[in-house]
Amino acid sequence: MTGQGRDPAFLAVRDLTKRFGGLTAVSDATFDVREGSITGLIGPNGAGKTTLFAMIAGFEQPSAGLVLLDGEEITGRKPHDLAKLGLARTFQIVQPFAGLSVRENIAVGAFLRLAKRRDALALAEEVGQRLGLGPQLDKPAAALTVAGRKRLEVARALATRPRILLLDEVLAGLNPSELRDFLPVLQDIRAGGVTILMIEHVMQAVMSLCEYVHVISGGRIIASGEAAEVVGNPAVIEAYLGHGAAQRLAGHA
Amino acid sequence: MTIREALPILGFLVVAVLVSLFVTSNVVLNFLVFTLILAIAAQGWNLLGGYGGQYSFGHAAFFGMGAYVSAILQQRFGVNAYPAVAFGMVAAALLGYAIGAMVFRAGLRGSYFALVTLAFAEVLRILANAIEITGGAAGLLISLNLGAGNLQFANRSSFLILAAVLLALAMLMTLAVEKSRIGAQLVAVRENEAAAAALGVDILAVKLRAISLSAGLTGAAGALYAQYFLYIDSNIAFGTWISVEALLAPIIGGAGTVFGPLIGALILQGLSEGTKMLIGKIPGVDLIIFGALLILVVRFPLHRIPGVIAARWRGKGAP
Amino acid sequence: MGYPPEILLEAVANGLLMGAVYGLVALGLTLVYGVLHIINFAHGALLTLAMYAAFVAHGAFGLDPYAAMIPLAGLFFVLGYLVQRLVIGPASRGDDSNMLLVTLGLSIIIENAMLAIFRSDTMTLRLPYAMSMVELGDVLLSVPRLIGFGVTLLLAALLFVLMTRTDTGRAIRAVAKERTGAALVGIDVAHIYAVTFGIGTACLAIAACLLLPSFYVSPRVGNAFVLVAFTIVVLGGMGSVTGALLGGLFIGVVESLSGLYFGDSLGQIGIFLIFILVLLLRPTGLFGARA
Repeated sequence: MTGQGRDPAFLAVRDLTKRFGGLTAVSDATFDVREGSITGLIGPNGAGKTTLFAMIAGFEQPSAGLVLLDGEEITGRKPHDLAKLGLARTFQIVQPFAGLSVRENIAVGAFLRLAKRRDALALAEEVGQRLGLGPQLDKPAAALTVAGRKRLEVARALATRPRILLLDEVLAGLNPSELRDFLPVLQDIRAGGVTILMIEHVMQAVMSLCEYVHVISGGRIIASGEAAEVVGNPAVIEAYLGHGAAQRLAGHA
Repeated sequence: MTIREALPILGFLVVAVLVSLFVTSNVVLNFLVFTLILAIAAQGWNLLGGYGGQYSFGHAAFFGMGAYVSAILQQRFGVNAYPAVAFGMVAAALLGYAIGAMVFRAGLRGSYFALVTLAFAEVLRILANAIEITGGAAGLLISLNLGAGNLQFANRSSFLILAAVLLALAMLMTLAVEKSRIGAQLVAVRENEAAAAALGVDILAVKLRAISLSAGLTGAAGALYAQYFLYIDSNIAFGTWISVEALLAPIIGGAGTVFGPLIGALILQGLSEGTKMLIGKIPGVDLIIFGALLILVVRFPLHRIPGVIAARWRGKGAP
Repeated sequence: MGYPPEILLEAVANGLLMGAVYGLVALGLTLVYGVLHIINFAHGALLTLAMYAAFVAHGAFGLDPYAAMIPLAGLFFVLGYLVQRLVIGPASRGDDSNMLLVTLGLSIIIENAMLAIFRSDTMTLRLPYAMSMVELGDVLLSVPRLIGFGVTLLLAALLFVLMTRTDTGRAIRAVAKERTGAALVGIDVAHIYAVTFGIGTACLAIAACLLLPSFYVSPRVGNAFVLVAFTIVVLGGMGSVTGALLGGLFIGVVESLSGLYFGDSLGQIGIFLIFILVLLLRPTGLFGARA
């Protein structure tokens, strides 16, 4: 959806930079996320993906650069303000509220836009069902499996009714059958009108889910484009994803 | 909050009224009034510490603020007891907000929050002991002026009803918090601040509301204490004892629950009286037992047994 | 409010001497924090216990506090070792707020046990040299405090040697830096934790013996010291030994000067206010700012 004369990017990241002392974790990162897309952010470990996410979502202050959401500058705003604007994130290391039930966990997200407990619990129930957490709704969050916790992480974020969802390795650690079950859920979320930007290592998922992919390495965006095009580029694969990944992809091709 | 959820609190009130009607022993009534005052102070701690996970070691600051403001207004400015107690409560809440604004903005959590609250309480204790308006080391007497209009009662059972009504209100407020958006957000902050922020919870705002409410409640307990004993000094009002008891009662009775502070206060005061009866009045012995109990509760957390907790959630989860 | 320079100088000098012992108290605290990453809230109460122990050693066995220093340090090392191994470690299970509550519980128990046994009266030892002074230029210095200053420096040097030249010291530093790694190479982490806690407690026994000739004892005396020690540790940087000593000297001077200007009862406020200000203004790097 490209508006007239407007930046087509729903989320626009411009020259975003983060320095920790002498170390530059992210350097001049510039990329776009189109509205309604599932966009991937890939790159080797330590490339700066999570730092980039943290800056976009307000958890780290950028040293330089801009972030725009739907044309509005949001650089360096607090996480809770960004959540209100419709930007939600999940964490690579899942962070359930261990002392609460699954339903109550999701309700915390639902309370962002709903003041009444009854409404928040109803939305929590609905989102939980949608994410396949129905049978676990009344269990303590601490009792969930890894796959369950990942779903909870997404469910909570989704209950804030975001416009864009930043997913940090939600597929990591899932076995093939859990993975197969989870992909349609993400597609369903996008179909519901939520733009998705995801950090992902599971290339199979990136290939089947993402229309666009940005590759980050050594803190810099080194390639952007359609998934097949970028991921199929042998130079990119060899240089930035390593030999192992190249072989895996060759197997899939 | 629904009527059904509030029923246990009404039940408590009925029991308290029945006790005040049928119990005549001054010793027992004294014990109960003191326990209920403690339970109110502890309920204040519970809102911030039990639900919000911010462990204050200095709730004496709020208890003392409530007690002194109420007593000074009555004694030095001739204000009627009712508005004086209300002002005491408001002053304590404002103090809570001010301390919270400084401390939470600076990002102090965990042990540092505990220590800095303790330091605030100690500063106030030393000040109250040194300046004139508080009566200094001699303390402050509220003149005897019996009558419901002055919130002073000749018989202890009337005061018991007053304390019970106030505690019931405090419990209703806690229940309302627990069953509302702010309560869910507060618990989320306790469990994981980063995750809460990502879900749109304004951590600072939630903590500030919690500490203001918490301080106001504990301040009300302080004002009530002054009204009951008609005397305070710096070591009573701002002393570590009340910081410790306000924290111990919820932790022993069940932190983050509506009835935890009352149950804990009953256990603590019961133990305290029990030891006095058994071995005579040796100072400190009751607190030794409290300390041991605290370590045991942390070592063997009964309320964290999964089955018990799951049952509680099922109850809470139902809309 | 102007005081003649020699009085100010004397206040500063006595503050420095007192500050050295504060530094010693803080040393134990910072060591435990640096290795175990816990705030030992019972530190002040353990100091109180040590002071009573030195008091009883004098009363019952006629032992001079300075002579009691070595045996009490040994005794308190064992006590600290056992408390960490048997109580704090198992009860807290590594959780920060549990740690806080367990050490709070310990401090309540110790403080009130002292209250039950010795009652709330403040007591002082009457030693012939308690009031003796030496004159240094225009400045009168208390002999017990001078001794305290000297012993503290000596002890800091000893501790430095222990940490850098012995296997135990190296193991302690390894655990402080990387607990999991240390465990993997075969270091008994629970043992090292307890040893560190023991050393911290032994520091308190020595501090108690140094304080006793010139200081009173009461069940709550440790309370005054615990916040002072925390202030010093925060000022000097959590886990830093040099920081603890320098912070101790600084706080000693501040206390001495604020006592001079505001009187003894209000003078104590200075320490608490500094503590609050230090925490509020320097939150980075502190435990409280850790995500």
